[in-house]
Amino acid sequence: MNAPDLVLTVEGLDALISALAGTGFRVIGPTPGEGAIVHDDVSSTDDLPRGWGDEQAPGRYRLRPRDDGALFGYALAPQSWKRFLHPPRERLWSARREGGEVDLRPAPLPEERFAFIGVRACELKAIAVQDRVLLGGAHVDARYAARRSSLFVVAVNCADPAATCFCSSMQTGPEVGEGHDVVLTELVSAEGSRFLARAGSEAGAAMLAGLPSRPATPREVAAGAEVIAGAEARMGRAMPPGDPRALLADLEHPRWDDVAARCLTCGACTQVCPTCFCTTVEDTSDLSGRETARDQRWDSCFATEFSFIHGGAVRASGRSRYRQWLTHKLATWIEQFGTSGCVGCGRCIAWCPVGIDITEEMAAFAAGPEDER
Amino acid sequence: MPRPRVAVWKFASCDGCQLTLLDCEDLLPEIFAALDIAYFPEALRTSAAGLPEGAFDLSLVEGSIATAADAARIRDVRDRSRLLVTLGACATAGGIQALRNFAEPGAFAALVYPSPETIDALAASTPIGDHVAVDFELHGCPIAKPQLVETISALLAGRRPTLPGHSVCIDCKARGTTCVSVARGVPCLGPVTRSGCGAICPAYARGCYGCHGPMETPNTAALAASLRALGLERPEIARLFRTFNAAAPAFREESARHDD
Repeated sequence: MNAPDLVLTVEGLDALISALAGTGFRVIGPTPGEGAIVHDDVSSTDDLPRGWGDEQAPGRYRLRPRDDGALFGYALAPQSWKRFLHPPRERLWSARREGGEVDLRPAPLPEERFAFIGVRACELKAIAVQDRVLLGGAHVDARYAARRSSLFVVAVNCADPAATCFCSSMQTGPEVGEGHDVVLTELVSAEGSRFLARAGSEAGAAMLAGLPSRPATPREVAAGAEVIAGAEARMGRAMPPGDPRALLADLEHPRWDDVAARCLTCGACTQVCPTCFCTTVEDTSDLSGRETARDQRWDSCFATEFSFIHGGAVRASGRSRYRQWLTHKLATWIEQFGTSGCVGCGRCIAWCPVGIDITEEMAAFAAGPEDER
Repeated sequence: MPRPRVAVWKFASCDGCQLTLLDCEDLLPEIFAALDIAYFPEALRTSAAGLPEGAFDLSLVEGSIATAADAARIRDVRDRSRLLVTLGACATAGGIQALRNFAEPGAFAALVYPSPETIDALAASTPIGDHVAVDFELHGCPIAKPQLVETISALLAGRRPTLPGHSVCIDCKARGTTCVSVARGVPCLGPVTRSGCGAICPAYARGCYGCHGPMETPNTAALAASLRALGLERPEIARLFRTFNAAAPAFREESARHDD
């Protein structure tokens, strides 16, 4: 897609949202929620968090008013797009017993088509990571596949990363690379926002062609590059350099005990992580014993049941569960799926109730057992 | 298949968990169709005639053991019951009345009753599981209706009930509730509290009160450290852990560490 950049006004962005809704998409975007900017249904730019940013630190998130009226002036919502593509709970099948007959009914495949507005570079990468897990192997998740194949992505380059962000060091951002239909860069000014727009797919190009726009001036293109350079410069954190698979060489490192003493084993990190994909199934039967159903729901490697086999849980201690999470996310994921399981969004840092920082833990491990011991 | 014969028992409690059973409303006809409820003084006039003879397939037990007579009675209940399921914070952890376990024997009775010498109570309120073997525990103050219906349905089907032991955080995230602790600095026991309520309080911007008791692997010390960082004083932390599940071991020990 080498077409020149276009410029959309706020009205142009409204036209985009209307066009998406008009062609049957359920449009999800950032919107002010209870104490945070969350992803929810949006019907126009009036629903976007105009003039709101966020401030994130280990175990801490606060909304922050901005004086520039930016529409996308926040870093990241508390939860990722995973909750729409790979939802927390969904029915797989139900069955009804009538006399001696059992009528098994698979749940219909989802027909809802999502359009996401405001997807960040790290989150696009996270969707690609989940694609590999849920679509790329022998056992394809048909429900994820249905939602994924109809998805329309309007990415927005990150202008103001949080103190918990480290996408640069994971090579996943802040500039949107691939996987989007349209990418926008917000140019904030006293006259209101304009958006540099570029298509990333044929569907995106067709969509842009139908919107009121004009070609970008060289000055606007340069301003867009500055937005991305500014985000890069303000990146809050970095994952320490080095091969994370070194973690596997010292599974008895004393730092595992140290982090286990702080870890609540609550599992919040796994639920907010945009790549954590694990689920379990729950069977229900009604009082009459005639109706039964099987639901899939998000699971967590921090739950003891997760590693339950005959005789008990394999990972009984908090230490073994934290170690499982970190070594899988950063090290064994590479062997299993060919990429890191971490995209540097920093949600596990901000939304950990006790603020455990994955980059700080990795720095402690990288410092080596001698320094630590 | 004959309907399982069921008894519903009350020990030291407020009756709220038994009311949760009655609160099943539109499911009550199905419940009474599926179960032969032979003894349920809270709900059935026939139970006023006294305890029926014989054994029960299932006993639902509400309340804690607070008197010597109850300590003897629960052994009789156990002897007559194939399965015994305890209902709620009193039966599973000793309940709010276990606050007296932290005081001098008789101290509360002297404050509450005009003639405390007529009160014949044990020094401590203890959970049913301290006295007899328990097959399943339903936590909460009160118990959650969906968990009660799930347990009855599972036992009828001969399968294990789905009663996860993970934290309330998992349920908040599934529900899409923004963390009140991280986003608002509200003290919340959710990370150390057992799932089951549906994560109600944080959905209304309040911290979890821990009414379902400790989750399966509660790191209360780590949570207490973060509550200190939020600005709570040590006695406030002791009080947070000392409510409906004050005598549940993890909560009891954490409150004791902050009880100056």
